[in-house]
Amino acid sequence: MSTPYAKLPAWADYVLIPLINLFVAFVVAGFVVILVGENPLRAAVVLVEGAFGRGQGIAFTLFYATTFIFSGLSVAVAAHCGLFNIGGEGQGYIAGLGIGIVCLAFDSVLPWWLTFPIAIIAAAAMGALWALIPAYLQAKRGSHIVITTIMFNFIAASVMVRALVGYLKPPASMAPQTRTFLEGAQLPKLNWVIELFGAKIRSAPFNVSSLLALAMAFLVWVLIWRTKLGYEMRTYGHSPKAARYAGISEIRIIIIAMMISGALAGMMALNPTMGDQHNVALEFVSGAGFVGIAVALMGRLHPVGIVMAAILFGMLYQGGAELAFEMPAISRDMIVIIQGLVILFAGALEHMFRPYVQALFASLSPKSVGMEAVKGKGA
Amino acid sequence: MDFFNAIVQVLDSTIRLSVPLLLACLAGLYSERAGVFDIGLEGKMLAGAFAGAAAASVFHSALIGLGMAILISVAFALIHGFASITHRGNQIVSGVAINFIAAGSTIMLGQAWFQQGGRTPALAAGERFEAITWPGADALRSVPILGPIYSELISGHSVLVYLAFLAVPFTWWVLFRTRFGLRLRAVGENPAAVDTAGISVAWLRYRALICTGVLTGIAGAYLSMVQNGGFVKDMTAGKGYIALAALIFAKWKPVNAMFACLLFGFLDAASIRLQGTPLPLIGKVPVQFMQALPYVLTVILLAGFIGKAIPPRAGGVPYVKER
Repeated sequence: MSTPYAKLPAWADYVLIPLINLFVAFVVAGFVVILVGENPLRAAVVLVEGAFGRGQGIAFTLFYATTFIFSGLSVAVAAHCGLFNIGGEGQGYIAGLGIGIVCLAFDSVLPWWLTFPIAIIAAAAMGALWALIPAYLQAKRGSHIVITTIMFNFIAASVMVRALVGYLKPPASMAPQTRTFLEGAQLPKLNWVIELFGAKIRSAPFNVSSLLALAMAFLVWVLIWRTKLGYEMRTYGHSPKAARYAGISEIRIIIIAMMISGALAGMMALNPTMGDQHNVALEFVSGAGFVGIAVALMGRLHPVGIVMAAILFGMLYQGGAELAFEMPAISRDMIVIIQGLVILFAGALEHMFRPYVQALFASLSPKSVGMEAVKGKGA
Repeated sequence: MDFFNAIVQVLDSTIRLSVPLLLACLAGLYSERAGVFDIGLEGKMLAGAFAGAAAASVFHSALIGLGMAILISVAFALIHGFASITHRGNQIVSGVAINFIAAGSTIMLGQAWFQQGGRTPALAAGERFEAITWPGADALRSVPILGPIYSELISGHSVLVYLAFLAVPFTWWVLFRTRFGLRLRAVGENPAAVDTAGISVAWLRYRALICTGVLTGIAGAYLSMVQNGGFVKDMTAGKGYIALAALIFAKWKPVNAMFACLLFGFLDAASIRLQGTPLPLIGKVPVQFMQALPYVLTVILLAGFIGKAIPPRAGGVPYVKER
């Protein structure tokens, strides 16, 4: 069988094609805007201005992006091992339980810089634990991980309702959420970083968990491309057969990859709870776990790409809120459509434009796509 | 007698609640038997529900609503096919994409067209499917045992309910007694063999997805035009995923699918009925436990503790012609 696609230069592969996919997704989204009777170009201007126009907007954009970096990394780590972890939503949600317990226990006695590490461990452990059962079932009994992780999303939702209503909420309160955390469990804001550049911020939830997100992005890069474990994961992702032949334990690699993925998804819960709302409430994840799928696909599973894609989605979330305010016909659900379109074009239809780009490159300079080499091999 | 009436009522709502699951489950059966994993049942159902309710309230006709629901749902199925059959994209990723596009666009278009916070206007009498009372149902109501069963359980449902249950033997017949069904099952097990026989794998899979779209469209129409009398945002609320679970539970067989859906529907009906009432021996069961039960059961089943569920062998793999 011939190789279906000739090689493209790296920049085309990692920058040009994702940009084309993104562009097409936005063009289709533009048609939806026309359908509800608004001007898509003006909508785009409002969106970008809302996200980056003022310091306030930038801080919110980065706040949203932080959550998406975690969930994007979570999807990417599993994907490198050939697993589709669609359960980031549930893993992040259940991590809220660990965070809630830690914060309620320590917020009156410890300062934030001691509570935070404990909460990180609790969140990661809960997320990893929630991914462990689907991982074990996939590895040992061959249960399809996509289905089991979806099921665990629903189970997590039920468990969290039970935990919040039954145990975590203050007895006197009706609202299904914990009491507000004291100062010992409130993460300091990073808004001053943006203010250094002269922008004014009234109040925005951009906080230190963003630094954790960047650190995790770096660690994931080290893990995937610079360690033996990462190499084994990629090997298994490319070809389970080859991995087995090389003596890599299938069970071990699936479980480790999924637990790392779950831990990353769990850490996603730190940002909205300790960083913003200062409590654990019902549905506080609100779809961020699913955004991770789009972010990971858009970022082509590379941490640098994921950070950039996360900022893009942060921009959509923040700008989308402004857009809903400026143009009443466009609700915030526009973001969900864009999210779906990005998953469709950057994920499922990833290769749709590739042949055209290749043809273009081949006609411009045959050398850049390695045409001679391919001909030489007689493929 | 009170106890008996309560049981009949629970079974009656079991039927009502399992219909959308059953239709979606059979929809998934067609596509998964043809080798296309369909995680996008949820989105197709939602799109169908919106299109049905919107069209019914604009054109004042339940039938136009149903037609529109099917049309839009099939269109979504074809997008799924375009990505996962024609362009050989990941079937699961494209299914997820469909769910998001449906979730976002139904709310946004609903808000833009009807300005009721993502709802469609409440459907009037002629715009929804009414319950059909079978002959003699009222007269027989007072007969003990059989009376309530006939007049509550069998009679008094909308036409879509009967359609859903008739779709079970029909699906069985199509899959196991027609040439199309044989080929459809073959393409899910060994597409290369079907290709060798000179039959187009892509066209077969597209046809399977069209069947899926028709059934999810009806499921959506049932939700918004029978159960609810209007579209409410996110009204599928995970039913597409439960249907998927039921499909695995049923081991990809139509009659099993009906029983699996009735079981999940029963769990749902029982959890509504038992809210707050203590059970003998067990005591008070939290509602959340009953709500989580279908998912827990599915996981246990998937783990292979209740017999092994073996999916169609070529499921999830885009077919690449050998060259």
